[in-house]
Amino acid sequence: MSDLLVAAGLTKHFAIKSGSFLRRATTPLRAVDGVNFSIRAGETLGLVGESGCGKSTLGRLLIRLIEPTAGSIHFAGQEITGLDARALRSVRAGMQIIFQDPYGALNPRMTVEDIVMEPLLIHGARPDAAARAKVADMLRLVGLPARAAERFPHEFSGGQRQRVGIARALVLKPKLVVCDEPVSALDVSVQAQIVNLLQDLQSELGLTLLFIAHDLSVVKHISDRVAVMYLGKIVEISDKRTIYRAPLHPYTQALIAAVPALNPALRGRGKRQRLAGDIPSALNPPSGCRFHTRCPHAIALCRSEAPALRGSADGHSVACHLPATRAI
Amino acid sequence: MAPAEAVEEAVPHVRQHPLRATLRRLFRHRLFVMGLCLFGIIVLAGVLAPWITDVDPTKLSMRNKFRPPSSDFVFGTDNFGRSLWSRVIWGAQLSMIIGGSVVALNAVFGTLIGAAAGYFPRIDNALMRFNDALMAFPAILLAIGITAVLGPSTANAILALAIVYIPRTARIVRASVIVLREMEYVQAAIAAGAGHWRILRHHILPNAMAPLIVQLSFLFAYAVLSEATLSFLGLGAVPPTPTWGNIMAEGRQYMTDSPWIITIPGVALMITVLGLNLLGDGLRDVLDPRLRIQQ
Repeated sequence: MSDLLVAAGLTKHFAIKSGSFLRRATTPLRAVDGVNFSIRAGETLGLVGESGCGKSTLGRLLIRLIEPTAGSIHFAGQEITGLDARALRSVRAGMQIIFQDPYGALNPRMTVEDIVMEPLLIHGARPDAAARAKVADMLRLVGLPARAAERFPHEFSGGQRQRVGIARALVLKPKLVVCDEPVSALDVSVQAQIVNLLQDLQSELGLTLLFIAHDLSVVKHISDRVAVMYLGKIVEISDKRTIYRAPLHPYTQALIAAVPALNPALRGRGKRQRLAGDIPSALNPPSGCRFHTRCPHAIALCRSEAPALRGSADGHSVACHLPATRAI
Repeated sequence: MAPAEAVEEAVPHVRQHPLRATLRRLFRHRLFVMGLCLFGIIVLAGVLAPWITDVDPTKLSMRNKFRPPSSDFVFGTDNFGRSLWSRVIWGAQLSMIIGGSVVALNAVFGTLIGAAAGYFPRIDNALMRFNDALMAFPAILLAIGITAVLGPSTANAILALAIVYIPRTARIVRASVIVLREMEYVQAAIAAGAGHWRILRHHILPNAMAPLIVQLSFLFAYAVLSEATLSFLGLGAVPPTPTWGNIMAEGRQYMTDSPWIITIPGVALMITVLGLNLLGDGLRDVLDPRLRIQQ
């Protein structure tokens, strides 16, 4: 499989103003710090991590909703950082986003038809019968009835609104869709419907998905590969099977061990690792490996030197000093 | 897709346009209806002025001076024997014209300045510091200062009041725009490739309307009140053009012997301001319920 998107050294530092009026100081908040990874055409890459680890920021960087501080993004063979407004507009049609909050993601003053049609109008369509037919097709594809078109967002439930959001994202026939926690705000029963819908649409339209979530079981269900993020860095990335069976990074191990086992026979099997403390502040990240403050296996090297994300031949990459120095 | 049927059932059949729902809630709000009636009386009086008054409001009649309200002179006459009925009704028209003009100027320029400052962070600081400088002056003092420089006239009173109140309106619009700019539907529009103009026009301004409409209804009351103050001080429309302010200024000297001269325009002013405030409260409760908690 070829890579649809390649990010290299991708970095976003937000400037946080602090200090008094006279002694203004700005501290960089390292939301995303030198991230390298790629998304293959047609796959679903799951991106997991704790709240505040920068996964949403990373998703928005990739589709240039946020300007990166440094680094490059190659999308479909084209460098898309530093494109001017006109060039960027045509690239945008190929990459769309689905948001977490189905209430904030739809303009309350527009009908569903207007919401789904807007991307078409932006890209030169006229608001005529052809555009309306396209919108109707899209609504049918996401499982909404035709009469949903003339209604306003407040008339729908959360799951239905999420379907409208999906229709809006897909109406331009994008290659890549960033799903920013698309099911986190929904009821569990509705979550399953939306996840299944995304999978159906993916195979039907040949989509590539970046699926951001903090729920490991949802990610396990939908992803082909999984990337784990901690404090602005990707610490481990691999295919789903390997990462859930044999995680290499201590943080990934702790995350997976924290998922409750449904099978009572498996419960209590394998030592449960508890992580001590909270995620450190991205304003003042720890030296060396960012995880060393909470890592049960930390050695002196971890405090002084940040491990690079190193891959093996089977595509399993991990940013940890330990696998090299010690068998886990 | 399997779940389509289940979803089909759940989409409501009864359509309700948001505008109609809002109107229905407004007309169920008792104080709003009361305010609308009070304000409606004044607006109607102003609109119908040429038909409901028969005497020229500037026509002197020394024989009839200081007549108390009676069947001949509904509101009595003033010190020159002019019919107060005519003067107060024509004064209502002028108040409505001035109030309406100030509100219209605020709606246009307050929105423009507020939206520009809220949406483009680069010019925010410059615009808002200028705004703050204007807002630092007490409203009526600034209005007096501007009319004193420009000279007393109806147009100058409108201009002065617009300059005084536009910074306040701009602040309110800016605050809404800053909140709305971060909404996810705006992010979605950016992701789809929408330009600034489309985002402002379709996504931000329509959603910023509620607090603006509430503000403008209160502003109408302030503008009418301030205009009365200006013309009371001789800085509004030039006599003999009747305004509530200058009728009261002239009636002040005869307050003890002929109290109706100052009372009647005063009551008219009170009805206007009370009506507009009730109307504004109603609009606020219905359009923007969050504001009620804050105030």
